[in-house]
Amino acid sequence: MNIHEYQAKQLFDEFNVASPKGTVAETPEQARLAALEIGQNLVIKAQIHAGGRGKGTFKSGFQGGVHLCSSPEDVAAKAQQMLGQVLVTHQTGPEGKLVSKVMVAESVDIARELYFAIVMDRATERPVIMASTAGGMDIEEVAHHTPEKILREPVHPLMGFQPYQGRKLAAFLGLTGTQAAAAAKLFTNLYNLFIAKDCSLVEVNPLVVTTGGDVLALDAKFNFDDNALYRQKQVAAMRDITEEDPREVAASEYSLNYIGLDGNIACLVNGAGLAMATMDIIKFSGGEPANFLDVGGGASKEQVTAAFKIILGDPNVKGILINIFGGIMDCNVIAEGVIAAVKEVGLSLPLVVRLEGNNVAMGKQTLAASGLNVLSADNLADAATKIVKAIAA
Amino acid sequence: MAILVDENTKILIQGITGSYGGRHAKLSLDYGTQVVAGVTPGKGGQLFEGRVPIFDTVSDAVRETGATVSTIFVPPPFAGDAILEAADAGCELVVCITEGIPVVDMMRVKATLKDYPKCRLIGPNCPGLVTPGRGENSHGGCRIGIAPGYIHRRGGVGIVSRSGTLTYEAVWQITNLGMGQSTCVGIGGDPINGTSHLDVLKLFNDDPETEAIIMIGEIGGSREEEAAAWAKDNCKKPIAGFIAGATAPPGRRMGHAGAIISGGQGTAEAKKAALREAGILVAETPAEIGATLVKAMNK
Repeated sequence: MNIHEYQAKQLFDEFNVASPKGTVAETPEQARLAALEIGQNLVIKAQIHAGGRGKGTFKSGFQGGVHLCSSPEDVAAKAQQMLGQVLVTHQTGPEGKLVSKVMVAESVDIARELYFAIVMDRATERPVIMASTAGGMDIEEVAHHTPEKILREPVHPLMGFQPYQGRKLAAFLGLTGTQAAAAAKLFTNLYNLFIAKDCSLVEVNPLVVTTGGDVLALDAKFNFDDNALYRQKQVAAMRDITEEDPREVAASEYSLNYIGLDGNIACLVNGAGLAMATMDIIKFSGGEPANFLDVGGGASKEQVTAAFKIILGDPNVKGILINIFGGIMDCNVIAEGVIAAVKEVGLSLPLVVRLEGNNVAMGKQTLAASGLNVLSADNLADAATKIVKAIAA
Repeated sequence: MAILVDENTKILIQGITGSYGGRHAKLSLDYGTQVVAGVTPGKGGQLFEGRVPIFDTVSDAVRETGATVSTIFVPPPFAGDAILEAADAGCELVVCITEGIPVVDMMRVKATLKDYPKCRLIGPNCPGLVTPGRGENSHGGCRIGIAPGYIHRRGGVGIVSRSGTLTYEAVWQITNLGMGQSTCVGIGGDPINGTSHLDVLKLFNDDPETEAIIMIGEIGGSREEEAAAWAKDNCKKPIAGFIAGATAPPGRRMGHAGAIISGGQGTAEAKKAALREAGILVAETPAEIGATLVKAMNK
């Protein structure tokens, strides 16, 4: 799950992570009032999840999703140009993203740009801090070309972040005196935020030293552990479904694991590993998967129906492959769910079904008796070959 | 022989009175597995299915029944506590089926388990493990977790995998080829888990009954690479591999919490290359896992 910049700012404020002043606004008037509050050195930023905002273009023709402003009135005027408009950046795709909020913030004069991130590292099974003097750059590039510019500092799972680690990191970043102390405090507070909110990644890029000597987190990217959302109500409430693929939003309402892709063969599978492997075998057989969809090990007829409707709602889909290894999952439940969905929305596309396992005979019989035009497959390879052939015909 | 568990292993189930735990406890009993105790705090003194005693604590269950293995079907907020309770009670093996445990909780649990060096954790977010029995449809074996028992057949192939249904796919192919399994271990799909591919490979390598090994991995992390690097110089037995997720987009979590390509790391291509480099035959599609193993055995 991703969050907006203004939401990251709210989390920073809650945990005393030093960052420039900033407020979210939904109308030009709110933006003007926010600017009055901040005073000097104003910047306005369109709030969308995609990057590349500064160089983006609104569909209205207005240039740039980030602007320095000379006055609160100028902020209001820029907000007027942005709010309710669609911003296209190199990350949004040509369809762009609707801007419904802007952040009004204090722009700072930067003396140095640094990099600071905390990531839950699966190899060492603990949080690892990465700090670099090469701020504002792609950290993977830095790691590749100049690894000596990065310090990796693991944090003990039970002890947590220690004061000496704050001093060590500050020294590595070339900070001394009061700046080192301020940075160490920022790092501690950021680590507390990371743990308290069940983050899997917090990346501050850049962390800046201003010309006035302040150490501030200028921009941040957050990833959260989806498994922990049940106890992170505040974080869960930050989800912005207008930023997500509507197919994925619909699937999440039925607790289905769905990820939309660009191909034309939809698949419906039980189990995440088998679902991935089914996508792979479609590709291997010469087709392109339209989605990842895991209905889980104990899906109900209603979930299967919902899943089937979601894949049929994708206009790119030209054929469907259902692959079920019903170890525990009842194959007949799958059959009934598919039939119920087809009754509701109709089916004009080729459908290949491979059922195996629990109650398989009954499931096949239910499908056969339904009168649906189903191509049945004996095994996974057969199923993939059949659906690829069917859509080529 | 098999590994970790056999026909004589006595298991207890934490969360036996829940609908999911109860259903699978029943299936294990039907399979002939020695489910000797259940644990649900507050329900001590009751019986499950009229025959399996339920205890308030894992310690009581272990003391009264001699169970050595615990299976956990406890909801995510309480699963970490359940794992540590089982370790503290002296269980040698703890198999956590629960999906959805926050990674911070698992990080702390895993660090704390270092205080219990005799306890092995498998999972979480795993289908469990099966050592097939020698009866009809492999009846009489040790089924821990949620795998379908009847697809197995006792034999010489050891299987280790991060995925449930993909394991069943491989098991079924082996059974249909007229071969069988020594033990099938689902290590789980979470980023932090108790037992790795490498741990299980070592156990299979030392098990006289296991003649060949299937290793199934998926995108995310680098545990498959680590196992392959060890196998190259140390594994005496033929291995067939499969890696799921060649078509998965980067940065997206593919169902399993751990199945994610991040920062260009953990791709299927890199894992397959590492396996091949170690001399492991890699199945190109999930339909060819069994056939690839046969090829590896005849090599």
